[in-house]
Formats: sequence, structure tokens, C-alpha cells
Amino acid sequence: MASGFVIRKNQYYDSVFLMSVNRRISEVKGIQETAVLMGSPANKQLLLDIGIQNDQINNAQPNDLIVAVLAESSAIVENVLGRLEEWLEAIQENTVALSVRTLEDGLSNKPDANLAVISVPGEYAAREAKKALEAGLNVFLFSDNVPIEDELMLKQFAMERDLLVMGPDCGTSLIGGKGIGFANEVRRGTIGVIGGAGTGLQEFTSQVHNAGSGISHAIGTGSHDLSGKIKGLTTLAALEALEADQQTSVIAIISKPPEAGTLVILLERIKTCKKPVVGCILGIDPGSLSGKPNFQAARTIDEAVRLAVALSNGQPAAPSGGLTPERMATIRKEKQAWSPEQKYLRGIMAGGTFCYQSQQILGEAGISIHSNSPIEAKNRLEHPDRSIEHTIVDMGEDFYMVGKPHPMIDGTMRTRRILAESRDPQMAVLYLDFILGYNASMDPVGELLDAILEAKRLSKQRGGSLTVVASVCGTENDPQVMGLQMKLLHEAGALVFRSNAQASTALCQLLGQG
Amino acid sequence: METSTNKLLTGPVIAVNIGLKSFGASLEQQGVEVVQVDWAPPAGGDQEMMDLLDELM
Repeated sequence: MASGFVIRKNQYYDSVFLMSVNRRISEVKGIQETAVLMGSPANKQLLLDIGIQNDQINNAQPNDLIVAVLAESSAIVENVLGRLEEWLEAIQENTVALSVRTLEDGLSNKPDANLAVISVPGEYAAREAKKALEAGLNVFLFSDNVPIEDELMLKQFAMERDLLVMGPDCGTSLIGGKGIGFANEVRRGTIGVIGGAGTGLQEFTSQVHNAGSGISHAIGTGSHDLSGKIKGLTTLAALEALEADQQTSVIAIISKPPEAGTLVILLERIKTCKKPVVGCILGIDPGSLSGKPNFQAARTIDEAVRLAVALSNGQPAAPSGGLTPERMATIRKEKQAWSPEQKYLRGIMAGGTFCYQSQQILGEAGISIHSNSPIEAKNRLEHPDRSIEHTIVDMGEDFYMVGKPHPMIDGTMRTRRILAESRDPQMAVLYLDFILGYNASMDPVGELLDAILEAKRLSKQRGGSLTVVASVCGTENDPQVMGLQMKLLHEAGALVFRSNAQASTALCQLLGQG
Repeated sequence: METSTNKLLTGPVIAVNIGLKSFGASLEQQGVEVVQVDWAPPAGGDQEMMDLLDELM
């Protein structure tokens, strides 16, 4: 095996661009490993981990591009690195040369700007966000790894100025029908929603659209907002903004469990809200929240959608759809085809909220799930890469994110995991979520299709049959063409559902007795 | 009084995008006015130098 690297001083590229270059190079025959990254300390450690170490790399700065490859022969290494300029130019073709280098320059260009969208590496994010707030801009802060003290400082600073900080670690917002970050193309309407979880907001807004209703605004708060340290500063500010917003008639809140004191603060505020509030607080039994004034608690995101749509229409909520008799018949047929050793579920998820909600729904049916993001600590996998019995892994969890693109934008990691799981003869069900919308992969199903078919083939070869369950989050107006993505899944023999909760209900039937 | 946040909600959104160019591109695709900042770590990513710059500003 041969290795080599190139360092380009003072050539900064963003992570999505680097991912595209990485993908192109990976496709070259004979390439075993590639790393296309900036010379930050974390990235240099990553290179060390794959056995690439050198004084020049040690001295590289966060502004320096490093391209390293491991290949079958030195000829391949030389060829790839020699053509680097060509790779960079080919991908850069579509991007326009820019002369705006700082926020200040940007503002002189657009003095009436009202929102800064910030996605720089975490260590620089608070600095940029503070500058944006000082300039009077609201902030959408996608960057993660921002210290919680900085988050608190930014949110307090914003509060004094009547500004909103969506984030850090905020994946999704929809402001006036415009999707920011990972968002779906949804109809405008009167339902406003607040959420700490990006995929939770995408699921809620897509389903509201698919139910024929619409969204006024979806405000992402970042995943730490309801912690004991932040105490819901953005959630409360968003609630106030939606309460005052003329377009909004109903407010929904989608979140993972808040810190106990923060939940009390939130429920107190909801009590005085002039508009009805629906909440899906995953991980908290809705029964324990019943009887709270002006608050309807939902068990799942699907139920929150039904309640919110009903309130906005002034009609009673539609009953839960459940599984049709046809679905139940298919499920029985799938189970009959399993070999005696096939018993277990393997869920390989792109959406963190989906990983959580599935565990909750299966848990309520008495089916215990192991995970790298478990609801209960006792079910934590010893190593995220090694599944035990029924396992659902969140492939977007921190462990998988060091120097790697999120599974929503690149299917490489999920492909590898599907192939690894396919060697386990005890796997009976493979569950995958597919998330459409702006900034997500343009072909999420296509990226995983070969691995799905290979897993099914291996299972058949062993005398069994692999059941593939898929849920698709999105709308027919998303850039990916949802119909086509669903067709690919149907043709691959998957059981396809339009929501994570529906798919999880099917998983309960597949894994339950009988 | 209408707050800055409510002004954002009543719109239209006018954005300054700092970081992933694809985020700016998707906003443009939806008809949002965007100015893209061609960002790179200030002071070459040197934290001490950045702190010094912040003090000077």
C-alpha cells in the first residue's frame, strides 16, 4: 500500500465542498482511503489515526488544505495528487468568485439584511454570531461544538436586543416559507412550530404539508436550548414571536426531554399564551403532561401533526391511521420468509430524532432497543459500530461526525454499516430513514440502493429473507422528487412509510410475538 | 412595538451567509436575497492573534 499527501497553503474551503472532492477521489480505482480536509488540530489528529504523519502536516494551519490518499500503488497516489487542481476546478466550476470576505463587507452589500446564516467551524462560530447580533441581525447558527457558556452569552445578548438566536447546532428553520439549512418545501399556513431537533422539525412540517395544511414559521432553537443551563431562552423568545405573529393560529413544540426546571418554566409560559399550544415532548409520557392549561400533549410527531392540523381547522383531530389490513398481511408474509435464526432489527438512521422516536415507540411495545443514543443508559452500545440484538444507531451522532459528512448529505457511512450488518445471519429487519429537502443528498435512496440489494442477496443466500423497512421524510415539492425515491424503494422490495412513527408501528408488528 | 424578531417573521428574509456555500445557494433557489461571505478562519486560525484582533477592534 502507498500513501501520499499535498498541502495547499492558504486555500480555505467549506466542508461540503471538501466532501465533494473527497467523494470524487474515492471513486478512483485502487484508492483505499482519502482525506480532504483543512489543517485544524482535530483534522490533523484524524490523519494521524489513519497513519499519515509528517512535520509538514503538523505545521499546517486551519487555512491550509490537506489532501491525503492511501492507495494500492504509488502510481495511483501520484496520479491522483497530480490531478488535484483538475478535481478542485471541476467542482468549483459552478461557484462564482466572491469578493465579500467579512460580515461587515456583506452588510455594506445588503444593509437591510435581517438574518445571518452561520455554519463556520464551531471554534469560530460564537465570534461570528456575536458580530452578527451586534450588527442587529437575527442568527441561524448551524455550527455545533460551540461551548454552552458561549451559547448562553449569545442568547442573553440577543434577548437584550430583541433578536433571535436559532442554534447553535440548529439544522432547520422555515421563516416565512423559506427553508434555512435542512428544510423541506412546504405550503404556507397557520401552524407555527418550535423545535430543538432538526429532523423533528422536518418531519412535523412535511407531514403538516402532506396533510393538506401549512406552516407559518418553523423556528429551530438548537439542541441545547431546553437544557438546565440555557433554560429555553430561544424557545421562549420563539413562543413570544409566534404568539405575536398574525399568520400563526396554533403553536407546536417538538423536542427531546427538557431539563425538569426548564420544563416547568416552559409550561408556565404556555399557560398564558394567547394561542393554543401542542407539544410532542419525546421521552416524556403525555399522561404526565395532561391537564396542563392551554397545552395538548402528543405521544408522537404524527399525533402532534393531527392535533395541530385539527386546531388550525377548528375541527376534531382525525384518528390515528394505524396499519391497513394489506400492510398487516404483508408483514405476516415477510415474517414467514425469515429463517429460524433471523430475529433482530438493525436500524441505521440518518435522523437523530427518528432514532429516538423509534426507540420510544418500540419501547412502549415492550421491545428493548440498544443504541449509541439510547433513551435509557442501560441500553447503550458498548461500541457504536457493534450492534447487539435489536439495535438502532444514530449515524449522525458525534462519534461518526469527526471529519465526516452527515449521513443526510452523504450515504457512504450508512452504506458501510448496511454491508457490515448484512454479514450477521441474525438480522431479520433492516430499517432505514430517508430525509429529503434542501441541502440533503439529492439521491438518498440511490446512494444506499446497492448495499440494500446486497444485504437482501446475502440473506437469501443463507436461506432466509431480509425485511427492509423505510420511512421517507419530505414532500412532493422537494428538490429530490419524492415519487422517484419511493419508487426505488418499492422496486427494492422495501416496505415504505411516509413517517417514522408509522414505520416504527410496523416494526412493532414485525418484532412482536405472533 | 414590533421587535426585530417579528420583523424577520413578517419578512422578507434577507440573509448574509457565512460558511457553507450550499446553504446560501439553497436560499437563492427559494428566491431569498443572499449575500455570500467568502469566509476563512481569521488570522489564519491563530487563536491568540484572533483575540488580539478582537481587542484592537
